[in-house]
Amino acid sequence: MKAAQRHLRLAVVVIAVLLLAGGSLGYVLHARHRERPPQQADADGSFGLDEPGLYFRDPATGRVARLPARGAPRVGGGPSCDRFYAAGERALCLRKLPGLPARTRALVLDRRLREVRGVTVPGIPNRARVSASGNLLSWTAFAVGDSYATSGFSTRTSVLDLRTGYLIKSIEGIPLTVDGARYHAPDVNYWGVTFARDDNRFYATVSSRGRTHLVEGDLRNWSAKALRENVECPSLSPDNTRIAFKKKVSGDPRAPWRLYVLDLAGMREHPLAERHSVDDQAAWLDDSTLGYALPGRGGRASDIWSVPADGTGEPRLVVPGGSSPVAVR
Amino acid sequence: MYLATTGRTDAPPRTPGAGRRVPGTVLALGAVSLVTDVSSEMVTAVLPLYLVLGLGLSPLQFGFLDGMFNGATALVRLLGGRLADRGGRHKRVAGAGYLLSALSRLGLLLAGGATAGIAAALAADRLGKGIRTAPRDALISLSGPPETLGRSFGVHRAMDTTGALLGPLAAFAVLRATTDAYDAVFVVSFCTGLLGVLLLAVYVPPASETVRVPVTPRPRTAFRDPAFRRIFYATALLGAATIGDSFLYLLLQRGLDLPTALFPLLPLGPAAGYLLLAVPVGRIADRTGRRLPFLLGHAALLGAYALLFAPLAWPTAVAVLVLLGIFYAATDGVLMALAGPLLPARGRAGGLAVLQTGQALARLLGAAGFGAAWTLWGQRPALWTAALALAGALLAAWRVLPATVSEAS
Repeated sequence: MKAAQRHLRLAVVVIAVLLLAGGSLGYVLHARHRERPPQQADADGSFGLDEPGLYFRDPATGRVARLPARGAPRVGGGPSCDRFYAAGERALCLRKLPGLPARTRALVLDRRLREVRGVTVPGIPNRARVSASGNLLSWTAFAVGDSYATSGFSTRTSVLDLRTGYLIKSIEGIPLTVDGARYHAPDVNYWGVTFARDDNRFYATVSSRGRTHLVEGDLRNWSAKALRENVECPSLSPDNTRIAFKKKVSGDPRAPWRLYVLDLAGMREHPLAERHSVDDQAAWLDDSTLGYALPGRGGRASDIWSVPADGTGEPRLVVPGGSSPVAVR
Repeated sequence: MYLATTGRTDAPPRTPGAGRRVPGTVLALGAVSLVTDVSSEMVTAVLPLYLVLGLGLSPLQFGFLDGMFNGATALVRLLGGRLADRGGRHKRVAGAGYLLSALSRLGLLLAGGATAGIAAALAADRLGKGIRTAPRDALISLSGPPETLGRSFGVHRAMDTTGALLGPLAAFAVLRATTDAYDAVFVVSFCTGLLGVLLLAVYVPPASETVRVPVTPRPRTAFRDPAFRRIFYATALLGAATIGDSFLYLLLQRGLDLPTALFPLLPLGPAAGYLLLAVPVGRIADRTGRRLPFLLGHAALLGAYALLFAPLAWPTAVAVLVLLGIFYAATDGVLMALAGPLLPARGRAGGLAVLQTGQALARLLGAAGFGAAWTLWGQRPALWTAALALAGALLAAWRVLPATVSEAS
């Protein structure tokens, strides 16, 4: 009786193991062979930055696409990127490398979208910016708390100077001044760099002790000072007079941010007409219009919207199904 | 010296060889924990990637989702303990917890991109984890004679840690094979979780079979027992003087200027140490009494703090990780073995839940306090404070912990 029972138990467990292992294997094989957009595709030979228009990431294919003009159909065929930006002579494409731990490949591309240089950094791709000339590039990746450690996020922002080839893997070490005094804290995090036209000054977000600041940085002098509190993901206008940013206006984690524009001359800010919470580094489509991604409607991952920079007007849906907008002239 | 004097008259005289066998229940529960930890650590490893990259959640939202249920688990744990004690339903309550966690993977899969669905799935997982812990530890402590509990818990924790180490590897393999199909990770994790539930159902006997649960009309609460009270206070005190592992790793990473890519690997050191030492330390605890290893474990942690004052180099960093491994091996299972026999069989799950919850909350407090001290005073003063606090807590615990542990009758 006892032996029979033991045999029965063993048989049950063996059958269950076979079924469950078979199910797992079957699903893995199915996932392996089903149709999915490639993660590593390079740009088609015909797709470059020569055509002016709105460039963006198409979530359906994971590749960069172009909207030549209002009303015209989109053109696909760009490289696979999770985040994309372009200006001057260069484009920056952030691509998450497959597998664990999370790593990001930052690809520097020329105007034909061929690779000029590539850097691999740990973390999940997040923000990408190129200076107007194309000489300076910056990207931010989220470092993921591993399962063993706590699951907090921290950011790591890199700056690459193509004139010297010098790469600053993390700008965390930059001497920072807050309220006129040198600031030291173990938890400073930078993200969302935007460059000025002089290829030296930059603006970024720094967060520490639960507060965020807008910092103005100087690459040559290697210093940074905090200008204002509660400014995230700054984006400098093409004429370098205003900064668009997301401001935390609510403690509700479902809708914490609103888009604002800060006038650098008078340091006055005003909200934009967009009433939804925007979690994106907005891009200036021209000196009076901003583009940004919002969670998509109708099952789409995200849509690109635009809104006037002076606080008037209404948001307008520009690209259904798109993210990482950048205007290329 | 072989000290197994517990005053039990019904225990047969023990030969050293007979002491090597671990009760089948413990091995079965260890296997359940191993398989379940593979399942849960698989998901933990990919969840941030899935939520942020796959679904486009902002880190703030992720942190909110992740932290939302952490406080609730403590209460659920107490609930699980009480439910298990009523009528000796340890196995059923633990099984329900395991099943709930396994099903939560299916929830993640079905939720698609809906944040509410994902939150619900994560809540179910945490609920399952909270419910099952106390009944499971009670089952272990009820499965054998009290004098071998240290080793039993050592074996269980070693198997548990093995699963935790294998989980991320399994997730890595699945992501590799499928080029980042997160749904495949959830499916494999679900199947593995179900296997854990099945192992529990088939191989773990109910508590009433292992021990005859005495029919007392009203089980006295754990806090009535002065010895248990002392253990509880000492544990809470020591817990509040613990700064949290992530801070230790951060100090190491900063001190060594370690590349961030290597940062996630640091916790593997203590885990490996825990894995290797859990059984031997458990055996030692069985011989010397659990009080001394428990205190020495915290002394090892104090040693780790002290090492961090020295200029950091690779040997010191390795020593810190080893000491952290010793700390876990000498305190986690040993505490359960220390307190378990004090509690009457009918109130054991509830009592252990109270103890674990108290420790967890005290540690939370300690970590938060250290974080605040670091930002306010800087790294070194904060570390000094932590070291002094731990030394003080250790001295107090030395006096407070009962010297000889008598078995509850």
